Amino acid sequence: MLVQQIINGIVVGSVYALTAMGATLVYGIMRILDISNAGAYAIGAYVAFFFLLQTGSPLVALVTGVALTAVFGFLVQKFLYAPLMNKSPNVSLIAGIGLFIFLQDFLRLVAGPQARELNFGTLLPSIQFPSLQLTLYGTWFLILAATALLLLILWLLLNRSPIGLAWRATAQDLETAKAMGINTNRVVAFNFILGYGFAAVAGILVGILYNSVYPTMGDVPAYKMLAVIVLGGLGNPLGTVLAALVIGMAETLIGGYVGFFLPRDAIAFVVLILILLWRPQGLLGRRRSS
Amino acid sequence: MYEQVVAINIGLAMLLAMSLNIITGFAGQPTLGHAAFYGIGAYTSALLTAKAGWPFLLALPAAGLVAAVVGVLLGLFSVRVREDFLAVTTIGINFVVVAIFQYVELFGASLGLAVPKPVLFGLRFGNTEILILLVILNILVYLFIRHLPTSWLGLALGGVRNEEDAAASLGVNPDHYKVFAFGIGTFIAGMTGSVYAHFMGFISSSDFAFPVSVGVLSMAVLGGLGTVSGPLLGAVILTLSPEVFRFVSDYRMLVYGGLLVLMMRFQPQGLIGDDSFLRRKWIGLFSRGKGGE
Repeated sequence: MLVQQIINGIVVGSVYALTAMGATLVYGIMRILDISNAGAYAIGAYVAFFFLLQTGSPLVALVTGVALTAVFGFLVQKFLYAPLMNKSPNVSLIAGIGLFIFLQDFLRLVAGPQARELNFGTLLPSIQFPSLQLTLYGTWFLILAATALLLLILWLLLNRSPIGLAWRATAQDLETAKAMGINTNRVVAFNFILGYGFAAVAGILVGILYNSVYPTMGDVPAYKMLAVIVLGGLGNPLGTVLAALVIGMAETLIGGYVGFFLPRDAIAFVVLILILLWRPQGLLGRRRSS
Repeated sequence: MYEQVVAINIGLAMLLAMSLNIITGFAGQPTLGHAAFYGIGAYTSALLTAKAGWPFLLALPAAGLVAAVVGVLLGLFSVRVREDFLAVTTIGINFVVVAIFQYVELFGASLGLAVPKPVLFGLRFGNTEILILLVILNILVYLFIRHLPTSWLGLALGGVRNEEDAAASLGVNPDHYKVFAFGIGTFIAGMTGSVYAHFMGFISSSDFAFPVSVGVLSMAVLGGLGTVSGPLLGAVILTLSPEVFRFVSDYRMLVYGGLLVLMMRFQPQGLIGDDSFLRRKWIGLFSRGKGGE
């Protein structure tokens, strides 16, 4: 029973890590909390749903879902966030909330308010261990494998490629990076393509995990991903993974095992507030400079 | 009466937008959980009058005080963390507070709470009396805020918002003023919650959920954060627009989200903030007008 809960917590944490990674990348460069990233999460799931319906091929659905959402991220960056870069962070924050509300209602009007099935056919079967009261679901393996693979790719991209070097330089100090001849506009665009692509993957995987997509599916991720990236120290991909696992574990263990008077979704914020009281800079964040 | 109810909603929204403006506009602290304090005030007042038998006139300031105590705690927390952390933490407080209202028996859990109508000197409060009370409260808060930018408190807050280090070097302790702003802003929000509870006669946790906070912040931003009367304008527009645009009610959220995006993209300083198109028109109209408020 405990083993089941722990594995479940790791799976939930992996989903959170993927969901929050897009917003972490965006924050790393732009220093804005991009709530519309949760809109991209729902859009990715819906595009995949649509193409699965049209073509019947899970691969086509997955690729188009991620690719089209990434293009959308590029457009959001170009027409909304880039012109706001020098304004107060409140401005981008509210613009992002507005875009998120818009996208959610757009999906509701286009696809209808009801939940739709995102059935990827016969995925990996479940494995049962009756003696241990343990069931390992096939979708769990899919999610764990996808998370590990994507995080590895991200790590290689950020640490072992020229664009990754430019990304890290820009994240550290955009003005200096620009002065050193880095094309920061391209880095920012790449950042949004990557960030929204990640959001789409997360949305599709969650759609598969619960076998449903619905217009408001971005609601819970919208604020929970914020809790995750803040806990991780804002803009630190490694911190985000750690924080996602902490929150995923806390939710499953406190909510499912110990029992708690508050609902599951509030636990993330209780954890966040308690940890910030102890470490105001987040789990892996640097101390504030001023 | 329909007009009275709309007027009451506008009065409540104006108080909330003005109180948020003190924290976010004047002290520069982003807050996305204002509805939590509104809710704390409403539940405090409901419990005090319904269960403890307090008169409304005492419950009203008590609601403000309880909200302010939580607000000051948040203020003390805010001086420890970065701005972006604070924005997210306030969202978190909103969710936790709503969850407590929804799951704890004392607060009526999912059933909500019934609130008695206030009685003052034998006079039972109807909508007219609530409206009069709201007008009085709005005038008081407005006078306070109008006085704020030129007072020592307002000057200190402006210094904290614009140049925290410079203000600190001149002997202004930024932390004190931030906490102070949180205290005043949440006190007003708590009182507003009390009026709301007694006007509705019934409250439940969803009345104070996160979208309400987003709505209040949008009002202040739409009108112009840090301006004296901008939030009032924003409150009127955003409260009236669902009534006016009832014929497109199915697209309401779409229009609302789109408006926020366009507003931030093209008029991020708000309708009557510095260098907004309305202000430029206004100054053009009276070429010797007062532009530097």
